[in-house]
Amino acid sequence: MAKKLPKVDVVIVGVGWAGGIIASELTKKGLNVVGLERGKERKTEDYFMVHDELRYAVRYEMMQDLSKETISFRGNEKIRALPMRQYGSFLLGDGLGGAGVHWNGQTYRFLPYDFEIRSKTIERYGEKKIPEGMTIQDWGITYDEMEPYFDKFEKTAGISGEENPLGPKRSDKYPTPPMKSTPALNKFKEAAEKLELHPYSLPSANLSEPYTNPDGVARAACQYCAYCERFGCEYGAKADPVVTVIPVAKQTGKFEIRTHSNVRRILKSGNKATGVLYTDVTTGEEIEQPADIVVLTSYVFSNVKLLLLSGIGTPYDSKTGKGVIGKNYAYQVMKGNATGFFEKEQFNLFAGAGALGMTLDDYNGDNFDHSDLNFIHGGSIAITQTGQRPIQNNKVPSGTPLWGKEFKANSIKYANSALSVSGQGSSMPFQHHYLDLDPTYKDEFGDPLVRITFDFEEQDRQLAKFMAEKCSGIMKEMGADHIDSLKELGPYDITTYQSTHNTGGVIMGTSPDTSAVNNYLQMWEAENLFVIGASAFPHNSGYNPTGTVGALAYRAAEGIIKYSEEGGMLA
Amino acid sequence: MAEETKQQDKNNPESPSRRKFIKNSGIVVGGFALGGVLGSLLPRGGKDETTEPPPEDKKESKPAEGFTYALMYFTPEQFKIVEAATERIFPADDNGPGAKDLGVAFFIDHQLNGDWGFNAREYMHAPFYKGESVQGYQGRLKRREIFDIGLRELQNHCMSKYEKGFAELSAEEQDDILRDFDEDKVDLTTISPSGFFKLLRIATLEGAYSDPLYSGNRNMEGWKMRNYPGSQMAYTNVIDKEFTEIAPQSLKDHLG
Repeated sequence: MAKKLPKVDVVIVGVGWAGGIIASELTKKGLNVVGLERGKERKTEDYFMVHDELRYAVRYEMMQDLSKETISFRGNEKIRALPMRQYGSFLLGDGLGGAGVHWNGQTYRFLPYDFEIRSKTIERYGEKKIPEGMTIQDWGITYDEMEPYFDKFEKTAGISGEENPLGPKRSDKYPTPPMKSTPALNKFKEAAEKLELHPYSLPSANLSEPYTNPDGVARAACQYCAYCERFGCEYGAKADPVVTVIPVAKQTGKFEIRTHSNVRRILKSGNKATGVLYTDVTTGEEIEQPADIVVLTSYVFSNVKLLLLSGIGTPYDSKTGKGVIGKNYAYQVMKGNATGFFEKEQFNLFAGAGALGMTLDDYNGDNFDHSDLNFIHGGSIAITQTGQRPIQNNKVPSGTPLWGKEFKANSIKYANSALSVSGQGSSMPFQHHYLDLDPTYKDEFGDPLVRITFDFEEQDRQLAKFMAEKCSGIMKEMGADHIDSLKELGPYDITTYQSTHNTGGVIMGTSPDTSAVNNYLQMWEAENLFVIGASAFPHNSGYNPTGTVGALAYRAAEGIIKYSEEGGMLA
Repeated sequence: MAEETKQQDKNNPESPSRRKFIKNSGIVVGGFALGGVLGSLLPRGGKDETTEPPPEDKKESKPAEGFTYALMYFTPEQFKIVEAATERIFPADDNGPGAKDLGVAFFIDHQLNGDWGFNAREYMHAPFYKGESVQGYQGRLKRREIFDIGLRELQNHCMSKYEKGFAELSAEEQDDILRDFDEDKVDLTTISPSGFFKLLRIATLEGAYSDPLYSGNRNMEGWKMRNYPGSQMAYTNVIDKEFTEIAPQSLKDHLG
């Protein structure tokens, strides 16, 4: 029998970006909030020894322990899903701040086209442009409605940037100026401008200068130390939940964080959630935490898993396309890129920051004509200087063997002379791409793993090829002596790192028939349950998702506050 | 748990590592009132270097011996094969030392006796089925077991092809044997020859380029070869400049 604790106003499952934003906004309004975090406490002082590529980047120090829980994967429904036994394609977060601690900090706003993708695609190209099985749908909100929340997240995090020449309307400029530029970035900028494209500094959560945010949190500037993605920031310069929103919530005295608390079920009565059941993983004790409002902020996979295990919401059925929980799993098409080798130039590629880069949107969204192309949407194109750490960066020109004398000589020769221009392609949903519970494999508690059914489609293959060609064109203009670029995308491969941009499964929309949550991320089938994260994306754009996750979290926070006062469905 | 850590910090707010950390960081803190996180890293009350306690008795200290250059997993025979094989993957050349002189075999030996060797943080639960390559490793063997089998099979292959052990072969013959594994030209039932070779290859790069803390990259020679400065606290002064050579530092430099 689980120990039952006194009821609280709100319980949050997972304390990363989404959970931290909800906690800070709700506690400011006087609500009592408990945050349950399955991992450990984290703080900036943990990172004195963080410049350790082996420990953090290669051995995944900060990631979820896969021996306890992982996901299973299959390319299609005809084959058996098998567990992801080792890390590869994406890296799951764990501990206070979640994946928000070890991100790069590239912070974009999705496009107006994204939020109304189905309507706008049909409007410009007709319904036939959308291929059979592609389940794109409007998000139930417009860019203009999202704008204030983007602005709010950017100000909380202190995003450093400059106006995107092709970007949508902004109510205000970025709170801090762009990061420093570098010779490699300048080379990209000049080449892109010669090609009449529209480069601009990549919007960055690594602060370009000291900054105090509207909550009064002061942070130091980035030192370009080159250890961002997969690492925590020893300066607190990279915006993460632990140095921004969580202390604000704590300061109210109304936020209690319980680490090592792994939520197993959402409890319900009728069509309302009544709280959660969790295990204190240090003692094994099962504990019930009743609450008036339950908020899931535990990344795509755990959000979906908890709903399916708790029997809340209608599970998705890929045969009929009906049901919603698990629907529209999407990812990112990352491999459309080009690497250029320079014989006569060296760059300070050992230095950098996670979001130090130059990017352009000429081939993103519907910024270009798709009439004669066999795909919709597109992607951002960027050069980044994130720090070429030596174990994981050994680029050699095609034709070089991967070991031995020639490999060693070339990998050293080009260690500071190889630049990449990369496309970050959007990912469209399909009826047969989804998340459900694995029938065979279990986690440490004996609960089923989440199963991914996903592969690249013709849409993705065409898009990746297109992006690779555009990237090669820019690299050629940059003057590289030798260029290698993607020829064929191939099948989705879970063993090679692409991006931790998993999306969908609890998508937002205008109707309970086609979506799980409304545009306040309130569950249609349980009005006091809010599900926040990239799980709400009906598709994934050609950008890093965190900016849009942050904005949606602020939107949801507003909804939860309203719900706590008035109750009822908010949309 | 978190409370305990906090308590320790409180008891020792002036720990040398904190001072060193700030000293190495190259941040200009004067004139800017740092709140939040960086502020909390600085010694309280605006103390600076001059308040550092006098050093303890200065005894003549000898350079540390290489006590970590011993074996915790391999047999001496396995060690010799690994040393020879990794040297072919990453050979000594005009740029600098190869895997052998960088201590790569010691690195691999030590790693096999830790989490990595035991696949401790990976999903190793049954049932085991052969999957498609895009589904990743699906075997039941741990890395240390793969090494045991792989090294034995490597030796067997040498004996049947050249009637000598791997370490006794010429460089060309060693390359030929490794190529047979890389290209799956050896018939094995227990492990994938190319899978074992890939494991050996990536472990070689890890040993050549990880912090010397892990017993490879001896004297930071791996980093020096490619002008990698190792663990520096800040690149603010060079980030926007032309290529700059910087003498490397290791994690050791950040400990007081």
